[in-house]
Amino acid sequence: MITFEQVTVHYDDAAEPALRDVDLTVEEGELCLVVGHTGVGKSTLLGAVNGLVPHFTGGTLYGRVTVDGRDTADHPPRELADVVGVVGQDPIDGFVTDTVEEELAYAMEQLAIPPTTMRKRVEETLDLLGLAELRHRALYELSGGQQQRVAIGSVLTAHPRVLVLDEPTSALDPTAAEEVIAAVTRLVHDLGVTVLMAEHRLERVVQYADRVIHLPGDGHARIGTPADILRTSTIAPPIVELGRAAGWSPLPLSIRDARRAAAHLRSRLTGRTPGPVRPLSAQDRPRLLAARGVTVTYHGVPAVREVDLELHTGEVTALMGRNGSGKSSLLWALQGTGPRRAGTVEVADPHRSTAADPHTVPADQARRLVGLVPQTPADLLYLESVAQELDQADTESAAGPGARAVLDRLAPGIDGATHPRDLSEGQKLALVLAIQLTAAPRIVLLDEPTRGLDYRAKSALIGIVDALAADGRAVVISTHDVEFAARAADRVVVMAEGDIVADGRTPDVIVASPVFAPQTAKILAPLPYLTVGQVQDALLPEDGRETGP
Amino acid sequence: MTAVARTTVEPAAAPSAPRPDRGGRRLPRALHPVAWWVWALALATAVSRTNNPLLLFLVLAVLGYVITARRTEAPWARGFAYYLYLALTVVAIRVVFRAVFATGITPRDHFLFSLPHVPTPDWYAGIRIGGPVSLEALLSSATDGLRLACMLCCVGAANTLANPKRALRVLPGALYELGVAVTVAISVAPQLVQSVQRVARARKLRAGRAQGMRALRGIVVPVLEDALERSLRLAAAMDSRGYGRAGSATRRSRRATGALMLLGMCGLCTGAYGLLDATAPAFLGIPAMTVGAVLCVAGLRLGGRRVTRTTYRPDPWRLPEWAVAGSGVLSAVLLFTDLGYDPAQLNPTFYPLTWPGLPLVPTAVILLAGTAGFLAPPPGPVRKADAS
Repeated sequence: MITFEQVTVHYDDAAEPALRDVDLTVEEGELCLVVGHTGVGKSTLLGAVNGLVPHFTGGTLYGRVTVDGRDTADHPPRELADVVGVVGQDPIDGFVTDTVEEELAYAMEQLAIPPTTMRKRVEETLDLLGLAELRHRALYELSGGQQQRVAIGSVLTAHPRVLVLDEPTSALDPTAAEEVIAAVTRLVHDLGVTVLMAEHRLERVVQYADRVIHLPGDGHARIGTPADILRTSTIAPPIVELGRAAGWSPLPLSIRDARRAAAHLRSRLTGRTPGPVRPLSAQDRPRLLAARGVTVTYHGVPAVREVDLELHTGEVTALMGRNGSGKSSLLWALQGTGPRRAGTVEVADPHRSTAADPHTVPADQARRLVGLVPQTPADLLYLESVAQELDQADTESAAGPGARAVLDRLAPGIDGATHPRDLSEGQKLALVLAIQLTAAPRIVLLDEPTRGLDYRAKSALIGIVDALAADGRAVVISTHDVEFAARAADRVVVMAEGDIVADGRTPDVIVASPVFAPQTAKILAPLPYLTVGQVQDALLPEDGRETGP
Repeated sequence: MTAVARTTVEPAAAPSAPRPDRGGRRLPRALHPVAWWVWALALATAVSRTNNPLLLFLVLAVLGYVITARRTEAPWARGFAYYLYLALTVVAIRVVFRAVFATGITPRDHFLFSLPHVPTPDWYAGIRIGGPVSLEALLSSATDGLRLACMLCCVGAANTLANPKRALRVLPGALYELGVAVTVAISVAPQLVQSVQRVARARKLRAGRAQGMRALRGIVVPVLEDALERSLRLAAAMDSRGYGRAGSATRRSRRATGALMLLGMCGLCTGAYGLLDATAPAFLGIPAMTVGAVLCVAGLRLGGRRVTRTTYRPDPWRLPEWAVAGSGVLSAVLLFTDLGYDPAQLNPTFYPLTWPGLPLVPTAVILLAGTAGFLAPPPGPVRKADAS
């Protein structure tokens, strides 16, 4: 269905080609996963399928890409619209109309499909993706998962043989992501659509993949079955890491298979207490922040309802919950910049003995009490280079360490002359965090920092968070990523409809939850293991004994 | 031992099924947007003919009736009040200007009040500022303003009654790109506002003390970068979904289209001027209008040939559309033919001050336009944002 013959893509301003001599064939009806770290050419590979690369992006493509027999050299993207459907990462950016029904019809209108056929296909697609009740709704008022399903539906109505999805679930909470993945697998199984999908969070999709294309980073691509590729790839979801650690063969990819394979491992681990995920610090952690009855409303609709929360020094808290459950509103209210309708927030002021309310003090003082990195860190960046941003940060905060020093500790090796826009998501996050840390706040709030980060960047972020906690700061991270929360957080707070519905130590909150449990916990339940690292530590002395004299 | 009370299970009263309609009631549906526009513009043309405040108020009443009878619950349908405010402003400005730039007063006029006279230099003698103001002057300027306000309200009514997006969709194929650009702009504007709010809020996190231009830069740069990236992604998405697929356009046909459209537009403008200005020579009116319209249609036809596209659920044009558009056009035509009434009654004078008469035929004609309120089918039921 899709063939790449000796494809090399070279962008004009790049020293190295983004793809080099790629040869691969994707058969009809396959669900093919594209994996690799950020910046290895995943988007280039996906864009080449429907000719966006190089017709739209520029650059030069050597070799041949054919889709359903059509060469992309002769067919620009619009001429391939009836064969390839493309869905991007942020569905709302690709919407042309404003209601669900019209959006579904848009591609067909462009293809000049007769009105009676259009009507029929719209109705079928509404049913296929479970959108029938939403047909007249405005697109912007849908939830993230619904928007993504509309985006998929809007290309499906043209009856493409190939669906290209670029990180379709990266902005979604676990439930919404499952909704989208379920819709995609249904298309593959029921309609035989060929799907090519890039995804950072392999744990969500790897079990459904027929084959995997791995981009190791040198421009080449490897294609094979998931078990083959993941055995050696540098990227692996926890389930694969666990399989590698336990030496399972064949490598299980679904929780069900892994649980069957893990019977022996579970019996080996029974009776041991798992080591802590994060090193335990002193038990008497002084309280840094106390929020009482915090309420936030927008146009009378409550986003946060009378929430009580305490933060302690050296503690990392993960704030979880659906999209729209009030996580961001709570963080902004705690920082003091966001609206707060009722309640009190008291932050221990390091400079004085009394407690201060960040909502009532001036912004530059609030910043010294609580630092917040917003969901889109780039909102804070407006100068031409990293160095200028850092200088600006130094002048903004009278006291505190130099911004450059902080940045070098968080993410070493960022060139000062780089334009902030050219940084990767992880680097942008580090830069903004460094800017916020120059004010030396003792409480740091991160609003969905894991969005768009690959496994490597997430591990780096965990290192950063650990360092912040070791300095005695309280860190709150709102996230949808359960694997990240399991590895990074001491404590998990779950919100729903503006209320805190669960608050406790990470193992207590997430092990039993069907939605929030990480893969390791699901595989090893009822044993209270959360991460592969814990299992490895538990196995280590035993292995040592076995191989010893 | 007590007998167990027998419980009788009664069948739950079957929910009464809704009684079927026995004909007579029209199916609710949205009227074709063009029908509303034709109706409203025809009424506006009719209004341009008269200066009689009674007739003008009657037009406003008719507009009000039709709008309350046939508007939907959509956001754009709540906008008529703003057009009314705008109309009031127009009248007020007109009256104030007339009072300030007074043109003097004759002994027969009713003196109302006097503004301090500002002496103007000799070379500026044509315009007097301040001075006595008469009742007649104010009344005539108010009716003048009222006429303009009425025409404004007619356009407002069209905007209120017709879904603007659907109106754009009936644009001829050659103008399709224009329609898409407007639609995208409409949906992007709120996103831009959100973007500005988000960045402004984020700025506070840095507690930037910059003022003026520097602070503006801190907001404008991220917002513009965001908007630019977003529009690139939108363009890529539209391209991948088949927007702008090649038709059969050659360079020559594109040029011919352009020339035809330009000439046609000139013709239309001249025609409109000739029609609305009673002193213009006759050949500038209907003939120029017709020639312009023909040229435009030819241009659009030619341009439309290069576009291959279909429309999802196109609005039908049936009897109600003919009736609504016809009622508007008929009233405009009747007001222009001066049949059965004295044309002077359409433009009564306030010198000397008299109560304007209400001519019978024009009144009937304007009421005829009001029949659109029940000629149009009722709008569709309220589509609530259902909770799901």
